[in-house]
Amino acid sequence: MAVAEAAPELLSPAEIDRAFRDPFSPSKRTRATSWILLLAVLTAFPLVFTNPAVTSIGVFTMFFLLAVVGWNIFSGYSGYISIGHAVYYGFGQYTVALLIMHLGITSGVSELAIVPLAGLAGAVVAVPVGLLVLRVRRHTFIVLTIAVMFIFQLLAFNFSSITGGSTGLNVSPPPWSGNDYNLPFYYIALGTAAIGLLTSWAVRRSKFGLGLLAIRDDEDRAKGLGIKVTRTKLIALVLSAFFVGIAGGLYAIFIGQVFPQFAFTPFYDLYLAVFAFVGGLGTLSGPVFGALLLGPLQQYFELQFGATTLYLIIYGVLFVVILLALPRGIVPSLADRYRSFLAGRWRRAEERRGVAGSGVTAGSMIASAPGAAPAERGGS
Amino acid sequence: MLVLQGIVDGILAGALYALMGSGLTLVFGVMEVINFAQGIIVVLGAYFTYTFASHLGVDPFVTLLLTIPIMFTLGYAVYMLLLRPIKRDRVIMSLLVMYATAVVIEGVLDLVFGGTLVEVTASYGTSSVHLGSLDFPNVYLLAFGLSAVLLAALFWILYHTKFGRSLRATTQNLTAAKLVGINVDHVSALTLGIGVGLGAAGGMLFGMTTPFNAASSYDLISRLLVIVILGGFGSVWGAGVAAIVMLVIEDVVAVVWSPVWGQTVFYLVLALVLMFRPQGLFGRRLARAQ
Repeated sequence: MAVAEAAPELLSPAEIDRAFRDPFSPSKRTRATSWILLLAVLTAFPLVFTNPAVTSIGVFTMFFLLAVVGWNIFSGYSGYISIGHAVYYGFGQYTVALLIMHLGITSGVSELAIVPLAGLAGAVVAVPVGLLVLRVRRHTFIVLTIAVMFIFQLLAFNFSSITGGSTGLNVSPPPWSGNDYNLPFYYIALGTAAIGLLTSWAVRRSKFGLGLLAIRDDEDRAKGLGIKVTRTKLIALVLSAFFVGIAGGLYAIFIGQVFPQFAFTPFYDLYLAVFAFVGGLGTLSGPVFGALLLGPLQQYFELQFGATTLYLIIYGVLFVVILLALPRGIVPSLADRYRSFLAGRWRRAEERRGVAGSGVTAGSMIASAPGAAPAERGGS
Repeated sequence: MLVLQGIVDGILAGALYALMGSGLTLVFGVMEVINFAQGIIVVLGAYFTYTFASHLGVDPFVTLLLTIPIMFTLGYAVYMLLLRPIKRDRVIMSLLVMYATAVVIEGVLDLVFGGTLVEVTASYGTSSVHLGSLDFPNVYLLAFGLSAVLLAALFWILYHTKFGRSLRATTQNLTAAKLVGINVDHVSALTLGIGVGLGAAGGMLFGMTTPFNAASSYDLISRLLVIVILGGFGSVWGAGVAAIVMLVIEDVVAVVWSPVWGQTVFYLVLALVLMFRPQGLFGRRLARAQ
């Protein structure tokens, strides 16, 4: 058919945004200001709280932030929950450790300079892993990602001539001390997290991102609509693995040691998922809130009660309570509260004005309010 | 001959893994919950046996009379308190909740028992039956026997009781089961109780065959998950067959090559099988929507 030849008229993401703009969501300017404010607070944090014990909690939090933002690009948007991102984390760690060892790098600056290669290594290994695990969906996918993570842990144990096996690898730490040691890691992680967030934002607004969301909603239908599902998922996974790989590379230098059981650890997988879930899965700001709230808490408990496993108990109970109390995550739950508050206020104001003879009814406004938009889209 | 011994070891150990995995796959089949805590449940069962056996001075098998009811109650309570409230994103939410539960249990076990490896011992534990040049360790023979008995009991419950019929109905179609008047929550809670109870029974046998501590749960759960995926989620038969096949492969590789690679092959087989059969060996077709 001739019609099929012509490219279909597609709305640009900006137009779609306009069409479905949520009248009760904060304006663009409010959003931008909040992000800049948050960035300023995070930048100032280690300069205000200069105690190295505090800044090192900050460093770990930034590592988590970076990784959770990365994780969300794939799992949050596509709905494929990966409990195996420690693969890229561990790969990043080993890449950095091996490069530093074999190239004989000693200066702190050049050690940090090879960290991007850790991200690259994570991204490269994500391709074969992705091609395998993306063949299955839902629960099988989740479990398969766990299994792949254990494969890598075992390989790290077994190829002891390269990885040092269970004795691990040592990375000579940069010759700095106190805050001079912590701050470079803090700011590099924060900067990379900001880049990750920008990437996440760009993905969310792109046609590619819409493809990911379509896959999350109904993969077969997305495929029917002409989205190259495997390619879309794989690209998202590679992007997300890049950031997690960088987190691993930074961690390896910061800690100075790499062990198979700590590089490829189920704990890390689950932390990422829980942090993202608590914040709000598949939202831009959710992972940020999740990491900033739970990251320091996790570090604090581990430092405070780490001598015994009491911290595991506290942390586990906390997880259960949060998951059951805020099943949708903090950001979506709070956003809903805020919206219904605004809508309620709007309706009351409208009713008052209604007495004065306004033509618009509250009902007609509510119909174009946030909840109604997806329904319209589904119907058309 | 080494290979034959590997096969024998694999079949004996496979029955034990089938027992531990049956609880996991049963729970998944009924309520789509990936019970990430099954690993620590097994370890908890092993610690119960260890404690009762050393303090009461009874045979490990006798302790099951205490352990299974306790663990059954635990499973029932966990469903009612933690899983029933979950309404959205059930698969992943329940996984995370069960993970958090596992972390709590791990923390408690580590606090009480410390990290040292312990083992459940019995007087007959170290000897074995010889048949030609083949070696049948007593403990594994008993483990095989008990696994067979418990799995047979499970099948009897599944296919010859009213509860079993409700359970199978819930597995097939949750909504339809509700419509015909099955109390799905009650069935689910009982199923989790049974799954946890079977895990604990497996734990007693696990504790007799392997030194363990709280951290053993991670290795256990990853193996059990592999077995359950291979068998096809929700299929008790499948899990049983997969357990025996996988353990035979692992033990054969371990004796002819090296134990460390035996474990790796375990996961590589999974990757290979899923390339050709994404739904596992005995699984139903996958759900349509992602």
